[in-house]
Amino acid sequence: MKIKKSPGEKAFDVFNYVILAILALLCVVPFIHLLALSFSSAAAANAGKVGLWPVQPTLASYQYAFQTPNFVRAFGITVLRVVLGVSLNLILLVLTAYPLSKRNDELPGRTWISWFFIIPMFIGGGLIPTYLVVSATHLNNTIFALIIPGAVSVYNVMILLNFFRQTPKELEESARMDGASQIICLVKIYLPLAVPCLATLFVFCTVGHWNEWFSGMIYMSSVRNYPLMTYLQKVISQTNSLTDPSQIELMAKISSKTFQAAQIIIATLPILVVYPFMQRYFVQGMTLGAMKG
Amino acid sequence: MKQHEPALAPKKKSKFARVDKSLYLMLIPGAVILIIYSYIPIFGLQIAFKDFDIAKGIWGSPWVGLDNFKYIFFSYPGFGKVVFNTVYIAVLKMIFRYITPIIVALLLNEVMHIKFKRTVQTLIYLPHFISWIVICGLMISILSPTDGAVNEILKAVGLKPVYFLGNKSTFRPVLIISDVWKEFGYGTIIYMAALTSIDPSLYEAATIDRANRFQKVLYITLPGIAPIAVLVGILGLGSLLSAGFDQIFNLYNPLVYDVADVLDTFTYRMGILNAQYDLSTAVSFVTSFTNAGLVLISYFIAYKVAGYRPF
Repeated sequence: MKIKKSPGEKAFDVFNYVILAILALLCVVPFIHLLALSFSSAAAANAGKVGLWPVQPTLASYQYAFQTPNFVRAFGITVLRVVLGVSLNLILLVLTAYPLSKRNDELPGRTWISWFFIIPMFIGGGLIPTYLVVSATHLNNTIFALIIPGAVSVYNVMILLNFFRQTPKELEESARMDGASQIICLVKIYLPLAVPCLATLFVFCTVGHWNEWFSGMIYMSSVRNYPLMTYLQKVISQTNSLTDPSQIELMAKISSKTFQAAQIIIATLPILVVYPFMQRYFVQGMTLGAMKG
Repeated sequence: MKQHEPALAPKKKSKFARVDKSLYLMLIPGAVILIIYSYIPIFGLQIAFKDFDIAKGIWGSPWVGLDNFKYIFFSYPGFGKVVFNTVYIAVLKMIFRYITPIIVALLLNEVMHIKFKRTVQTLIYLPHFISWIVICGLMISILSPTDGAVNEILKAVGLKPVYFLGNKSTFRPVLIISDVWKEFGYGTIIYMAALTSIDPSLYEAATIDRANRFQKVLYITLPGIAPIAVLVGILGLGSLLSAGFDQIFNLYNPLVYDVADVLDTFTYRMGILNAQYDLSTAVSFVTSFTNAGLVLISYFIAYKVAGYRPF
């Protein structure tokens, strides 16, 4: 239906498009600036000449980044933690969410068991007690310290559990009539139907592991064991901890802003590359988790 | 749906519902991890009431009653400021994080050009997925007083450069703005979903009744997203003490501790850097239980007001 727009509406449209375009640009411009910095020469960057396009383009910062052993190792550790951590996350998610999605008569005691799993969602043991337990179980300085303590995300369990509940009960009941065990039902009926939900949770877990830095900082005593984000945090905090502006000026001359930019870009690239593919899933996930009720 | 209800009642067993023990077995791995890494630390919060000695461990250290709490809350210099900073920063973030997605979603809803809309959506969701480490690195670089892009722009228009992250009056605004920048786009998702569920015939009817665009927003769109907006607002109340550790920890420095130090950063410095385990845990104890209380209250209100059931 075509209805002629009043001048006021037209003005609003223009205003609206401009505002939204500015907002959208604001979300990417900082990254483009960083990208430009990473491809610029150190001299141009330190002189503040770099805007949104590289000045005196060079790959030196990237070469330097890939020749920095700690950076490369940290990248490897993060890849490993994502592979191991996300696998463990998903296995535990399925194993926990499936029984909890059952009715009380299929899983006697379900209410109590559910509370057992829900309570940690509300209350945590705090920094020090958790730290002491992780140390006592000898996970310090191993990759397991990054994977095991947070392996069960109760929030994600809730999402999957609610998804399982939407699966038509008749499918399972007919399989059970034919003598299928719960494990068979899970593998043959529920899991194939839950693929969209699992994909969403896969995205959440992957991004979570990729971006996580705090456990690396407190459980790893050597930079050799740092995951990527913990390593970057150290690099960045060294710049920020120089509080005297004259000192910063000195530091800017000798350190390389461009090198830091290159490292940040490399660390963010994997997320940026998979981002367009995962968009579909996280939008689904957001609405999955929040819209019900 | 009616005919299914008897089957859901607990006492009446469906004939298919043989109890399968393997269901319990499946729960064991997750339960073990939760017991070790969630429940034991919760009981470990008792360090807050002890004079902790690492040699004696959590259970062996002597009890000291409320001494740790008394010291932190009444004698520790500057602790009141830390509490104030936490609530101040968290409340401001809460307000802006709540309002901006609604406004942006309403603006997006007025866009008829689908491709433009999709592109804007894709771009504004992006910062949510980038870690605070990367964003803080970016901010430190852009806001640098000597060669940061923002100050280069200020200088170009003849203004004096500002040391945004080292200045007490600018630090908190920078925190709030960057937080909103990171999260406003992602926050619109839930409203965009709610907007698609509004019946288009309502708009058509309104057009026939000569309603203008503003009236349509006021009488159709807003009521359409109101239930979700109320729910999101209530659930947001649970974050009253969440000032954002990742962000503050990576941006603050001694120059701005006065305005930037919050409970989480305080707990960290006290516990990990100063190794005052018992004092740090006394703060954790209070924040843990306050947080749990706040979330429970927000869930309860959400349940009463909007029938929300998280599980």
